[in-house]
This record gives sequence, structure tokens and C-alpha cells, in this order.
Amino acid sequence: MIRLSIIEFNEVRYRYPLSDYEVLKGVTFKIKRGDKVALIGTNGSGKTTILKHMNGLLKPHSGNVLIDGVDTRRAKVSDLARKVGMVFQNPNQQLFAQTCWEEVTFAMRNFSFPEEEISKRAEGVLKSFGLWDYRNESPFLLSAGEKKRLGLASVLVYEPKILVMDEPTSGQDVAQKKKIGELIQGFKGDAVIVSTHDLDFVARYFDRVMIVENGRLVADGQAREIFYNGSLEKFGLLEPQVVTISKGLGIGGNPLTVEDLVKEFKEGQRT
Amino acid sequence: MRAIEIRDLSFAYEGSERLALDGVNLDVERGEFVVIAGPSGCGKSTLIKAINGLIPSFYGGSYKGEVRIEGHNPAKEQPHELFKVVGTVFQEPDTQLLTFSVERELAFPLENSGVSRTEMKELVEDALNRFGLSPLRHRSPSELSGGEQQRVAIAAALISKPSVLLLDEPTSSLDPRAAVEVLSVVHELNRSGMTVVISEHRLSLLLPFAHKLVVMNQGRIVDQGPPSEVILRMANRELVEVPDAVAAYLGLKELGIRFDRVPMDAHQFLDEVRPSTALMR
Repeated sequence: MIRLSIIEFNEVRYRYPLSDYEVLKGVTFKIKRGDKVALIGTNGSGKTTILKHMNGLLKPHSGNVLIDGVDTRRAKVSDLARKVGMVFQNPNQQLFAQTCWEEVTFAMRNFSFPEEEISKRAEGVLKSFGLWDYRNESPFLLSAGEKKRLGLASVLVYEPKILVMDEPTSGQDVAQKKKIGELIQGFKGDAVIVSTHDLDFVARYFDRVMIVENGRLVADGQAREIFYNGSLEKFGLLEPQVVTISKGLGIGGNPLTVEDLVKEFKEGQRT
Repeated sequence: MRAIEIRDLSFAYEGSERLALDGVNLDVERGEFVVIAGPSGCGKSTLIKAINGLIPSFYGGSYKGEVRIEGHNPAKEQPHELFKVVGTVFQEPDTQLLTFSVERELAFPLENSGVSRTEMKELVEDALNRFGLSPLRHRSPSELSGGEQQRVAIAAALISKPSVLLLDEPTSSLDPRAAVEVLSVVHELNRSGMTVVISEHRLSLLLPFAHKLVVMNQGRIVDQGPPSEVILRMANRELVEVPDAVAAYLGLKELGIRFDRVPMDAHQFLDEVRPSTALMR
């Protein structure tokens, strides 16, 4: 039987150790195979805590998290790691190796990939992220943007089925952002889940949006619907320029990109 | 006298053959708001370090050309001498906040500069008031929100009352609300006469109040001028983020909609287009 949801959160509650404050206050959702989901919400709303439950880094105090049907409290860390690739917001929390080469090959070695395959994949991914020239250098000598790319490369390289990224575009330039977007669109695994503040990026590359606010999931739906139904304003999020312009001009069709906006405007002119 | 003059500046970091700055010329007038943009590694941060004197004082390498900031030459003077003319805010608040309370944080730069205790107290009080930080004075910077941390960093950078403020991607680790909050502080400072030079990827929040946009690529300045002109030349070049309001302007102009000026954000866009589309509805 093919399970429909690849990730399931049931009434997940979480408190960080030694703290009374509940960061997650009963979060429930399902993510299906093929979903590309963006978690949005202000800083401190609980987005990162949700993501950290997806690879078992955090376990719920009550409720449960199922990854491909397996409760994260019962799953082996190595199995979860193989299935769920996690790219952290701050690459300094993720990177640890002596060289960039070692960094991107580490996971594959742990998962006992053949040596030949390891070299081939590492070379490919370092080249495609513009990091090949730094392969023998320490990750910690890279710029902030490059470190971030290395963090992403070292996860993508072993092709996890589920890709989880915390703020993948922060501090990235236009070209890198586009590359990350295309990578998400073309991802062949089961699901991509990111947290981000970049709503223009969400508008372009994601079909499903969840708003997290004060430890709760307060909205869940298509970007087209969420961006136009007043949710952004309600939860203190900044509206993308395309949305402000479309609303202001009374353009129909809820466009999410400039191309769509111009198309809708043209049709509006004709009628 | 100009606030900043840079002439034929080239710089390569020690041990690197690549020119991080390659023949850079830039003038910044007093009171100007200048945005520096360009891809990662284009030289934005290096240029900021060359203006505040961290280059060549702390970062060795080969240095050619001249920089003048309020008449001072950073290549000949120590950064602590420049701290009376220029303040700098860096990308990650947690790399520049050092102490255990906001007021200590503000006093810290002064403690190393031979300011008397009375004067120090006055300056710190003044900064706490000016930046709305009084309620946070006894809090540890590490437990503040990102936006609050950057406000503390700005206040600390300006504690010695310099006339030039440099900011190196100050909002890239902030959420958009906090970014708006920090940038509006910067905008307010500029309106009261402060010269501002800021490097950023997120142009959509900055262009409405910038006087000059400078685009860098591979160590060179490839374009500079009024934001509304430069941003049009940058469309489709993938060097900087063209705000959607500008892209929408280009799209609608092609459909024959007339604009009197290039809109820098959604609100300016609607001010321009609404009257002319009234007919459409």
C-alpha cells in the first residue's frame, strides 16, 4: 500500500529543556508525496522547531511525528538522516569538516556509498554550486553565502527523499536564489519543506503555504489563496509587491508573479 | 568637502591573487544615502572595510589607490582614530555584540577611546533615548530579537557621533518586519543629515529612499547613479534583485500604460497607475 502522507504531525507539543514556555502548542498537519511546502511566520513563531522535528533532532513532548509512517521516537537516527536531509539556517551549526570535500562526502561515507560514486557526486555538486575551487579549503574560510551553499550541497549530494531547509535564501544573491528555487522545483524526492521570510520566493516556487504563529499552525493552503485572503496582514507578515499592486489595481486571478500580473492586466484591458 | 572619496582603489587579500577591489572610484556627498548592491563575493563588504579602515589596518594585502573619509586617510590612520568620523554595522548582530547589557554595549567603544566618565554617561544616555533603547538598557544583547540587536548595533556604531554610517547587509538575518524597523531607523538618521552607505541584497525595501545605487561585480563598479535609472539598466542582468514593482512597471509600460516616473515600490506604483487605469474599471 502506498501511504499518502510522507510526514504527519499529530497534536505536537514541545518545550525546550529547562523552559516552561511551550514553543509548539499542538501542531497538526499532513504532507503528501510531491508537496512543496513553505512555512512562513514571524521570527520566534516556531517554524524552526517544527522543522527540527522532521529529522528527529527534537522529539515531541506530547503528540507524535510520523516520517513515512514511522514515529520519530522509535526511528533510528541514521534511518531518519538518510531519509530526511536537513539544511540549517546558520551554516556554522551544520558545517564541521576540515575541507569542503570532506564536508560533502561525509554523509555518503556514513551511508556506505561506493567510493567511486562518492567522488563522482561530490565533484558534480561542488561544481554546480561554484565551490569546486575551494574543495581543499576549510569551510570556515568561505563567505557567509558560500557556507550556506556548501551546507545545501552536502545534503543534496546524497539525495534524501525529504528535503528540509531553514531559511535557504537569506543572504543569497539573485542568481543563487534562482538556483535554489529551480532546485526545489526540480526536486525528484518525496517532499520539500522550507521555512522562509521571502514571500516573493514562496510565490514563485511553492504550491502550499503554512503560516505559523505563536506555536500554532494558523493557516494552511495554496499560496494564491493565502496571499490574497488577508492572512498575511492578520499575522503581521509583509505582503509581496505583486499582491499589493494587484489588489490596488483590482486585477483578478490572484497573480503571484509579475508575469502573471501583466497577463491578468492585459486580459482586464480587453474586457 | 565630500563625505567619501575613493580613487582608483585596488585591493587583494593576503595570499589571494584575485583583486577583491579592482580600480574602484566612488564619490559620496555629505548627507547622501548610497546603496551598494551586487552578487555575493562582488566586493561590497571589502569596499565597506576599505572605507572604515579595517582594510588595510586589520586585513593585510596589496593596496593601491586612495580613500578619503571626511578628509581622513584610512590607510595612514588607525581605525580608532577614524571612529569619530565613521561608524559601522555588520551583517550578523551576534558577531559584534560583546557585553552583557545594552548600556555596557554602548559604553564599550567609548571605554577604549579616552572619553571621560561623565561624558561617557551623557553619550550613552543620549543614545539610549535617541534609539528608543531605554527600556532595554539592562537586558543582555544576546536575548534581544534580531531587530533590537541591530538597533543596539547602530546605536553603538554611532556612539561617538560620527557623520558617516556604514552598514554591511544589516538585515539579512532579520525577518521582513524587523528589517523594515531597522531600515526606517537608518532612513530617519539620513533625513537628519547622516551620510549612509549600505550594502544589501534586498533592494525592494531600500530603493524608495536611496539617492544613489552602486552596482558591483567582480571587484568593479559596473554602474552607479540615481536608483530609478540604474535599476532599469539592471533589468534582466541578474546582478541585483530588481523589485517586482519595477518589473511590473516594465511589463505595463509595454502595454502602453504611461508612467511619469519609475516606481520604486508597490505604493509608488499604485500612485502612478491608479489614475490612468480608472477608465479600465
